[in-house]
Amino acid sequence: MSVLVVIECANGEVKKSSLEAASYGSKVASTLGTTATAVAIGDVQANALTSLGEQGITKVLLDNDSRLTNFVGAAYVKVIAAAAQQENSSVIIASNSNIGAAIGSRLAVQLGASLATNVVAYPEISGSSFKVRRGVFSGKAFSDVELTSDKKIILVKKNAVDVETSAGATANVENFSASLTDADFAAAPKETIKQSGDILLTEADLVVSGGRGLKGPENWHLIEDLAKALGAATACSKPVADVGWRPHHEHVGQTGITVSPNLYIAVGISGAIQHLAGVNSSKVIVVINKDPEAPFFKAADYGIVGDATEVVPKLIEAAKALDK
Amino acid sequence: MKFLVCISNVPDTTTKITFSGDGKEFNTAGVQFVINPYDEYALTRAIELKEALGGTVTVLNVGEADTEPNIRKALAIGADDAIRVNIKPTDAFLVSTQIAHYAKEGGYDLILMGRESIDYNGFQVHGMVGELLGIPTIAPAMKLDINGTTATVEREIEGGKEIIEASLPLVVSAQQPMTEPRIPNMRGIMTARTKPLQVVEAVGQEAKTQVQGYQLPPAKSGVKMIDAENAGDLIKLLRNEAKVL
Repeated sequence: MSVLVVIECANGEVKKSSLEAASYGSKVASTLGTTATAVAIGDVQANALTSLGEQGITKVLLDNDSRLTNFVGAAYVKVIAAAAQQENSSVIIASNSNIGAAIGSRLAVQLGASLATNVVAYPEISGSSFKVRRGVFSGKAFSDVELTSDKKIILVKKNAVDVETSAGATANVENFSASLTDADFAAAPKETIKQSGDILLTEADLVVSGGRGLKGPENWHLIEDLAKALGAATACSKPVADVGWRPHHEHVGQTGITVSPNLYIAVGISGAIQHLAGVNSSKVIVVINKDPEAPFFKAADYGIVGDATEVVPKLIEAAKALDK
Repeated sequence: MKFLVCISNVPDTTTKITFSGDGKEFNTAGVQFVINPYDEYALTRAIELKEALGGTVTVLNVGEADTEPNIRKALAIGADDAIRVNIKPTDAFLVSTQIAHYAKEGGYDLILMGRESIDYNGFQVHGMVGELLGIPTIAPAMKLDINGTTATVEREIEGGKEIIEASLPLVVSAQQPMTEPRIPNMRGIMTARTKPLQVVEAVGQEAKTQVQGYQLPPAKSGVKMIDAENAGDLIKLLRNEAKVL
């Protein structure tokens, strides 16, 4: 029995969400009296993986097949399945990402495992009971779910747990081969288009988001400038994406992206229930709106009543004056 | 070409979610149920492809009789016929088993659904159905075109998108901006009444998870207002008080 953590990597580095998954996996392993092994996928070399020891990982398996640099569903599933078999893993932890879900759902069928996605807290384990809390109703509620199969796969929501670090600890990186064949790469993407812009919304700790209160795309630079001054990602409300001021992948809300950053600044967004669903697991919410009756203020930690074009430049100035 | 579109029945996006006193049940009283918004993208795209390429669109719902108004709505939007698998959809594996069984029986070329339901938020069923049928799943897709027996799909990945070409049969899950969902017109509503809706029994009852109860997120303790004139103070509070900068 062991715990296996799926580590997603990009540009030679472990993604932050995977450091969270590693912390989660180590804690579950120690509760179960076993060790946590990781299996790394994506664009990475061994030297970037030893520091996973700081998150309590003892061993990292790395398949050096160069075809694995980009995500290919069938091949990735085979790598994780081979690692799980080699390590006799009973619990598999991954990040609740598009890649994690693509792997988790297929692996759950192959292994006959219980799968819990969108998990927001450490599990409650007692005797044979294994319970997790997950986000449901698109951010409006949580549910406690018993995972009834012997094997369990848990996908941890981003920013739901802290990255635990014990400085200096190292993990052993072992080469490992899942013996992939060309057939495993048959559905490889023809083309991969990387998003422009600096900070990924789904990975961001700080988010600045704009709504129709900005009046028009000509004022969008206010959102971008504030985000830049803070080192934040940008996002928008559904109406802004619907009218085409911003692309749909920036739309935060019930039918868009659900975010859970440390800080969410909403500028000119009134706070429809569908939008709140997408942001209410943010740690701190700031609302800037010229309408003092905007429902978003009820869900906020800090608020400013005022016009975006007057308030935001003051924030940009103050943010630039902060010592980094 | 035979399209199968899986739809689920979910509370309208404006619903205020509440639970029974013991937290065991979702209160459905007064709640308006709709076709899951992500499934509407899948449904409309399937109808558009059928109109361009010929074929049939079958909708499938795993649910009890109370889901039928929304199945009829899908028929009014333009699906040709419908299947309802008569079981409460309590678990993703249970639902996937039903879909895979009836999908295999019908020999569909393309199985479409939304990326996730807005109530359970599982994001699991498309992958499970693909694995059960032994065919690829592409999720979540923002664009879908068919040329002969090849589908070209634009899939969202963290930090970008991929263009994938894959042979049918295939499972694809949809999200915006795949297409603009359609609203049923009067003719559609009239013809939907006579389109076939077949109710079938569930195959197997195996579930792998069990919901024990629900909680609402903790309420915010109250908002601290800052005067617009001194807006810059907010940044100081975020650093020194909230400690998020």
